[in-house]
Amino acid sequence: MAAAPHASGSLATGWRSLAVPLMLPTWLVIGTFLLVPVVLMGVYSVLTKDFRGGVVWEFSLAAYDQFFVTRGLFGDEPPQIEWTYIAIFWRSIWQAALATLLCLLIGFPTAWFIATRSPRHRALWVFLITVPYWVNLLIRTVSLRFLLRDQGPLNEGLLAIGVIDAPLRIINTDVAVQLGLFYSYLPFMVLPIYAAVERYNFALSEAARDLYAGPWTTLREIVLPVVKPGIVAGCILVFVPSLGAFLAPDLLGGAKTYMIGSLIDEQFRGSMGNWPFGGAVAMILMSLVLLVLLWQARAAGRGRR
Amino acid sequence: MRQAIGIDRVVKRYGAFEALKGVSLSIADNEFFTLLGPSGCGKTTLLRTIAGFEDVTAGEIALYGENIAALPPEKRPVNTVFQQYALFPHMTVRDNVGFGLRMQGVAPAERRARAAEMLELVHLSDFADRLPTQLSGGQQQRVALARALAPRPRVLLLDEPLSALDLKLRQAMRVELKQLQETTGITFVFVTHDQEEALAMSDRIAVMSNGQVQQVGDPRTIYEAPVNRFVADFIGETNVLPVMVDAVADGRARITLPGGHVLTTDAVEGLAPGAHHVSIRPERLSLATADADLTARVERVIYLGTDLQLLARLADGTPIITRLQNSSRNELPAAGAEVGLTVEAGAARLLLD
Amino acid sequence: MAARTDMRRYAGFGLTTALCLTILYVPLAVIAVYSFNDDRSITNWAGFSLRWYADVFTGPEAPIFRAAAWNSLSIAALASTAATVIALAAAVAMIRGGRFHGRQASYALISLPLMVPEIVTAVATLVFFTAIGVRTGYGTILVAHITFCIPFAYLPIAARMQGIEESYELAARDLYASRWQAFRLILLPLMMPGIISGWLLAFIISLDDFIITNFVKGAGMETLPTAIFGSVKQGIKPNIMAISTLMLMVSVVFVTLSYLANRIGQKTR
Repeated sequence: MAAAPHASGSLATGWRSLAVPLMLPTWLVIGTFLLVPVVLMGVYSVLTKDFRGGVVWEFSLAAYDQFFVTRGLFGDEPPQIEWTYIAIFWRSIWQAALATLLCLLIGFPTAWFIATRSPRHRALWVFLITVPYWVNLLIRTVSLRFLLRDQGPLNEGLLAIGVIDAPLRIINTDVAVQLGLFYSYLPFMVLPIYAAVERYNFALSEAARDLYAGPWTTLREIVLPVVKPGIVAGCILVFVPSLGAFLAPDLLGGAKTYMIGSLIDEQFRGSMGNWPFGGAVAMILMSLVLLVLLWQARAAGRGRR
Repeated sequence: MRQAIGIDRVVKRYGAFEALKGVSLSIADNEFFTLLGPSGCGKTTLLRTIAGFEDVTAGEIALYGENIAALPPEKRPVNTVFQQYALFPHMTVRDNVGFGLRMQGVAPAERRARAAEMLELVHLSDFADRLPTQLSGGQQQRVALARALAPRPRVLLLDEPLSALDLKLRQAMRVELKQLQETTGITFVFVTHDQEEALAMSDRIAVMSNGQVQQVGDPRTIYEAPVNRFVADFIGETNVLPVMVDAVADGRARITLPGGHVLTTDAVEGLAPGAHHVSIRPERLSLATADADLTARVERVIYLGTDLQLLARLADGTPIITRLQNSSRNELPAAGAEVGLTVEAGAARLLLD
Repeated sequence: MAARTDMRRYAGFGLTTALCLTILYVPLAVIAVYSFNDDRSITNWAGFSLRWYADVFTGPEAPIFRAAAWNSLSIAALASTAATVIALAAAVAMIRGGRFHGRQASYALISLPLMVPEIVTAVATLVFFTAIGVRTGYGTILVAHITFCIPFAYLPIAARMQGIEESYELAARDLYASRWQAFRLILLPLMMPGIISGWLLAFIISLDDFIITNFVKGAGMETLPTAIFGSVKQGIKPNIMAISTLMLMVSVVFVTLSYLANRIGQKTR
């Protein structure tokens, strides 16, 4: 009751005076080995490219110019918008969005189903969803590649039971990449939605049904708006890593399914690389992610009021 | 009378909010002392400053003459029974009870013996090897008591320890707590918002509101002679009526009740003639047989079993409640009827504000 | 009761759950089954065999795998331990430290490794180590892993700590325990399930990482994921399936341990 004003960090637990020293290691490690590197990369993106990989310390916007503007093959034509990289970004966003939608379509009913089990069984269901999340992402992607191959178990199986008469060519296509992203991040969708549904007050559904709403109307009008923060969190957790994904496009997609991750990766490989350009692409990706996160923070802020 | 705790002009501020506004109290040795007040009145904060969980912004707290305001909680020979008990969930009942002794460096054998003795005291000897989560609420309550008593503190602080229990258990624990205090001879400082609890157990009560002590006294004084409107209102049910004080002399005051009837009653210190209020307990009013002190119109009669409650209104609209014993002799007035009420001698208590 | 159950039931949700679990488990099951296939070409089933497991430990690539496994496991153990200690200190500061100066910024910083896309972290770390002239290798992998493991260790620890009322510590202080004793005897044991979960999660996350490791590992240095990736580029060979199955088992063991730690934790709530 009267404890409200001193709910956190009262005198007697005595941690208040130690808060800053206790926080120091985190600041040192993440600050030095992540914050500084990311800032440094931002700096590199406005420097001049060195031909052996690396940079020359001279200010230049060449990297951003290369990303957005083209002046023809020999650089003597009037500047026009360069579509190559924007198209790669667009495709990445599209792939990530499709994967997110797919995750939501499968993930929401699953999360709902689990959250409505008895408390004793719930833990076991959550455990089942968690196991794949703990399995190495590379191994999971390789497994999927193995399964989806032209002569893989999926095609062999479908051929054997006569559903198809020629192997489905899935591998090295956009579909394979979408499936890969979907498969990689599906648990990320289920868990936050599950947490939201578990807290959902089912008396709200009862009230809606009592007031003549059908089950699906109740779901649309009552449940979805109430558990929306969980859904938004799940979508972010799938969309953001999908956007910068490297393994799924690299192992499941072909040359045509180039995504942002591969584009960045390439700029830092060997002497063919272009560090400022890679830095610029990374910065543009970061701004995109930041926009999504800001949008979520705003949405969450609105939801709380 | 030896002083156990002396609280001298204690102020506690959280930023701009003043939780304690210069509280002074003297609690006697071997006393069952209660801090009573509504939530947010500062009673828990005051208890926590005695325990050492909060530092004071200004003022002094003395324990048997020694200023302890600057000591951390582990250096103060006082122990606390927490509201939600705060029993260590990973330790058995015995280890919980023995924890304070262990911290004081008491040898294991003696620790075990004392823990057993304490569990005996609270009738929980058979539960020593259980974990707190395996006990009922009432049993956890007793373990919390045993744990706080085991190091033989000079003062025991109890922060609404009964609030988590159901009504029956709460009433049983009241008696048990009082007995425990008498057998151990330890000074108890008890915090509660439940006035009935406070009246039933305490030697003395400090009524708090808004970060200040409103009145200190034994239960009877607090109930029958409240000094101000807050205390009168907070403790039990009462009628507060506007009156005119015509004259004050020799500790007596002559007052005019609404409706014009004149009474003489005890004055309070610092009272000047003029407009004031009196408090009259509903059970100190009765239906007038002859000359009535007050006249009211009955609105509703509520049947309460042992009692009857008469809800009525004076001519000026002031509501007045009367409690009548449920007796066959009573001729009950009907709603809408005009009744005369008699104020028992000395029952009209003048209030300071 | 029947009406209440009805509120919770939607046609097809159970089926979708079954589909979801099928999707999650079938690829893993397939690779585990085929790892026991007694055939060099991975296409046909030629009977049960443990030959590819034997190949992992004694075959021509065994020394590479052994070195990679040692690197992976030792880095995971060191990185998760360091990250857990750092995260524990951070959790105490964030949850028991009140509103200290820089609290908001600290929270943002802890979450930073989760916000920055992995590929960006990877190249930024490489750029950083190159800029300060540090040679990439075991040490740089370890440092990078400690960094991105901190939030994963932090989350379960902080979640657990949030559920522990301050009154336990206060009660201990009231019963003559010093700040350090109250921490060691009360707070730490109560937080243990969270600490164990955090450590296990950090360990798995470290073991899992491919992208960042791939950038900061330097030439000639391999961890299991980078070794597997290099090998898979030339096609999925049966010995890779055997290694994958072994790693899969490690993951299952870890997630089970974490599950049990939480179960025990719930009892002391």
